[in-house]
Amino acid sequence: MQMSSRMKNILTPIIAVLLGVLVGTIIMIASGYNAITAYQALWNGAFGDIYFIGEVIRQTIPYILAGLAVAFAFKTGLFNIGVEGQLLMGWVAAIWVGVSFDLPKIIHLPLAVLAAGVAGALWAFIPGYLKARFRVHEVIVTIMLNHTALYITNQIIRSVLSDGKERTDMIADSASLRSVFLEGITDYSRMHWGITIAIICAIIMWFILEKTTTGFELRAVGFNEHASQYAGMNVKRNIILSMVISGIFAGLAGAMEGLGTFGYMAVKGGFTGVGFDGIAVALLGGNTAIGVVLAALLFGGLKVGALNMPLEAGVPNELVDIIIALIIIFVASSYIIRWFIDRVSKKGVK
Amino acid sequence: MGIMDILQIVIPSTLLWAAPLILTALGGIFSERSGVVNIGLEGLMVIGAFTGIVFNLETVSVLGSWTPWVALLVAALVGAIFSLIHAVASISFRADHTVSGVAINLLAVGVTLFLVKLIYDKGQTDIIQKGFSKIDVPFLSDIPIIGPIFFSNTYWTSYVAIIIAIIAWFVVFKTPFGLRLRSTGEHPMAADTMGINVTKMRYIGVIISGALGGLGGAVYAQSISSDFSHATISGQGFMALAAMIFGKWHPLGAMGAAIFFGFAQSLSIIGNSLPFLENVPSLVLLIAPYILTILALTGFIGRADAPKASGTHYIKGSR
Repeated sequence: MQMSSRMKNILTPIIAVLLGVLVGTIIMIASGYNAITAYQALWNGAFGDIYFIGEVIRQTIPYILAGLAVAFAFKTGLFNIGVEGQLLMGWVAAIWVGVSFDLPKIIHLPLAVLAAGVAGALWAFIPGYLKARFRVHEVIVTIMLNHTALYITNQIIRSVLSDGKERTDMIADSASLRSVFLEGITDYSRMHWGITIAIICAIIMWFILEKTTTGFELRAVGFNEHASQYAGMNVKRNIILSMVISGIFAGLAGAMEGLGTFGYMAVKGGFTGVGFDGIAVALLGGNTAIGVVLAALLFGGLKVGALNMPLEAGVPNELVDIIIALIIIFVASSYIIRWFIDRVSKKGVK
Repeated sequence: MGIMDILQIVIPSTLLWAAPLILTALGGIFSERSGVVNIGLEGLMVIGAFTGIVFNLETVSVLGSWTPWVALLVAALVGAIFSLIHAVASISFRADHTVSGVAINLLAVGVTLFLVKLIYDKGQTDIIQKGFSKIDVPFLSDIPIIGPIFFSNTYWTSYVAIIIAIIAWFVVFKTPFGLRLRSTGEHPMAADTMGINVTKMRYIGVIISGALGGLGGAVYAQSISSDFSHATISGQGFMALAAMIFGKWHPLGAMGAAIFFGFAQSLSIIGNSLPFLENVPSLVLLIAPYILTILALTGFIGRADAPKASGTHYIKGSR
């Protein structure tokens, strides 16, 4: 019996995750660690306690948004590798609004979130415009803009948001996403209201892509530019629009870090990594809204649980980074996994 | 401060910072000329830097002053082996080249930090005893004017990088191998028709890029950072990628771009000691390489076009 393609779409990421974990296990055994203790520590560190569950959800929030950003661009045929830079721009914009105004919460918080979205959108507009106008590949431009954003945000923190210090002041309470209620029920984790924003964004992405004419056009341009052009769609406009929407999601991911988790922004020596993990989240989630949410939860659990591995099992937490990288490679190599599934399911008939 | 003094500070420092970028950018050229996009250069440098430092630390008691040179060769070898992951995924398993490259970057950081903790039980290595140090090139440094500027207080690795760039230019543009390599990157089907094994050429391209990326990382680690931690390689690989594009996928062009980017990098560090640069914000120097690359791509500074078939999979029998 040939497996339906829908079934294969679900099975492929699961096999990729299993293969990643399998190779991770082999690495641990080869290094002389006890793999079972390590996975127990990972599990306990992610779901062993209500506090850890709160932290997992906290980590999942920016992952959902970064994943949506990558997935949205992917769906429309663009590879937004610049989520990291757009995230940093969103973060700094949110903090800027958070520290410079004194407004009622009902205005201040939405304003700060909006600023982050706009900053991310503007930063993503550049590669979108250059792609539409000059046919420049968006991958290279977004990589270059990641580094540019890193240096620019550091400079803004040092010279605009503080007097030569390494971090900004804390944002005003009226701009904060932190929640006494959510912290209370999760034993004082850093879980915050951003989770509602992330879920709403996932629904919005699904709605735009699947239920609106604009979404149909965006996907059509992703499938076949020339056919879309011939059908009378404005290809250039759609490329720019797709990057801008993707940038909004990325900017919001930065707002989650700024307004929710940290409440400030510090000078960074390197990237946060959330933007690159977003690529993993999007790929594993099959670039669908629901898939992104589930994959973000998995990676959130892995990342937070990993911190417990050195404590309980003596295994370096980098093992989880290795597993995540392997999962990306296996998902990307889905051609070979699908080929394998076909072979196995054909054999079953004989 | 006279012009001579300034040149004597700026030029050796520029060449020092340029050497790793030249080598890694050349690696990128071999991969992309064969048709495989290699965003994983950063990860290959990480692997090279790690291998160079660990090999150096472990064998310095045996090899003495030869240690850094042997460490370079070992780093190139390990880089080549590591790049096989990218080759298998993106050539044989038809993975998206960019995605595979991103995974290579993440994997390299994960694996090296995991191993550092496994071997040394801490987050970074010790500082190496025998790195590359400043030398005056014999005879050449005695030439008036040119000697003190180009051949004094400098590093052997800078000259090695420049020589390798010239060799790479010869290999890519003047040998049958280079012609075959370029043909698989421009039009794989035509290459296949002429009896060139596209898959084999692409594997070779990626493996050479792994070796050169590993070499670049080891040069950086042993001449600039002197130890290995999570922050040793932070963006140099992407800057090498930028140099490759800015140099229009041409070995000598990439060398020129890498020297220019090395100049910008060294200025952002030594700029404060130079009178005419005090007023240029360091931010401008830091972001200059990236902005210039974007401008080069948009055609403001002569258009840069990638090899035609780079980033595509060659599947026999498909049109």
